[in-house]
Amino acid sequence: VTALQLVTLLLVAAGGTAAVFTRDPARQVAVSGIYGLVLVVLFVVLQAPDVAMAGIAVSSAAFSLVLLSAVVKQRGRSGA
Amino acid sequence: VSDRGRLVVCCVGLAGTAALLAAGVAGLPDFGNYAHRYGEIVSRGSMAERHVANAVAGVTYDYRSLDTLIEEVMFLAAVLGVALLLREHERHAESVDPVRSDGLRLVGLLGAGITFAIGLTTIAYGYLTPGGGFQGGVIVGTSFALVWAAGSFRAFRQVAPERLVQVGEGLGVAAFVLVGLSAVAAGAAPFENLLPLGTPNTLLSGGAVALLNWSAGLAVSAALVTLLGLFVEDVVEPV
Repeated sequence: VTALQLVTLLLVAAGGTAAVFTRDPARQVAVSGIYGLVLVVLFVVLQAPDVAMAGIAVSSAAFSLVLLSAVVKQRGRSGA
Repeated sequence: VSDRGRLVVCCVGLAGTAALLAAGVAGLPDFGNYAHRYGEIVSRGSMAERHVANAVAGVTYDYRSLDTLIEEVMFLAAVLGVALLLREHERHAESVDPVRSDGLRLVGLLGAGITFAIGLTTIAYGYLTPGGGFQGGVIVGTSFALVWAAGSFRAFRQVAPERLVQVGEGLGVAAFVLVGLSAVAAGAAPFENLLPLGTPNTLLSGGAVALLNWSAGLAVSAALVTLLGLFVEDVVEPV
């Protein structure tokens, strides 16, 4: 394991922990999006560009959007 | 059980798990230290036998096309499931349009155009460089998400009419199946690559890999736009 890999792995661990400990759902969407991006960096560091590309799109964009729309909908419901 | 007792049990369990995990991780081969014949065969064979520069695409759209077909059908089924779940309520004609800032609109829509172009490039060159139908398709889908986020739902529907997107999704999956079946019609195994392999490292290479890659790109782009439309419709017009 190189230093770069170690640092990225630690970032992934920190990102995952941060996502778990974020209580507000809307913030959690943002944090989990950043966590997805850190995972993408890990894939690039481990020389898996194809997986990284899928990860960029799915974990940091599509997944966040789906979650965000669910959060917005839930807010609309509890507000009404 | 007292709190103290729970804590002891928890700590013993955690220590055991940590020890097992540490022992397991310590025994793993280092990253990049891959020793398995399948990978060797594929990374040599995809260029030599199939003229496909990106070995990953060689696996997904040639050696294991059948697996990719199953994945695509699963994805289609998932989108259909979401459509069935979210289509229950009546839809309203008018939607609110919360984006008022011209700057936000401009940057967002510029971003949408750039993202769309990146998505198309990722699909088109998927079997030459990292990328491919799935990855590029999701990027294309994201560009439509930007049109909604920085523009409006109406703008989103204008650039992605529902019926057109559905036809695109059907065509993408159907094209994938047809390429696979046409090999059977020619007397070969399903998804056997019978087309001329072309010149390596150009767009005209890989034979059926190119066709399968592009049809997967169309199917995934359209599926993502469909999903997005369904979710946004649900958010923009709450029940």
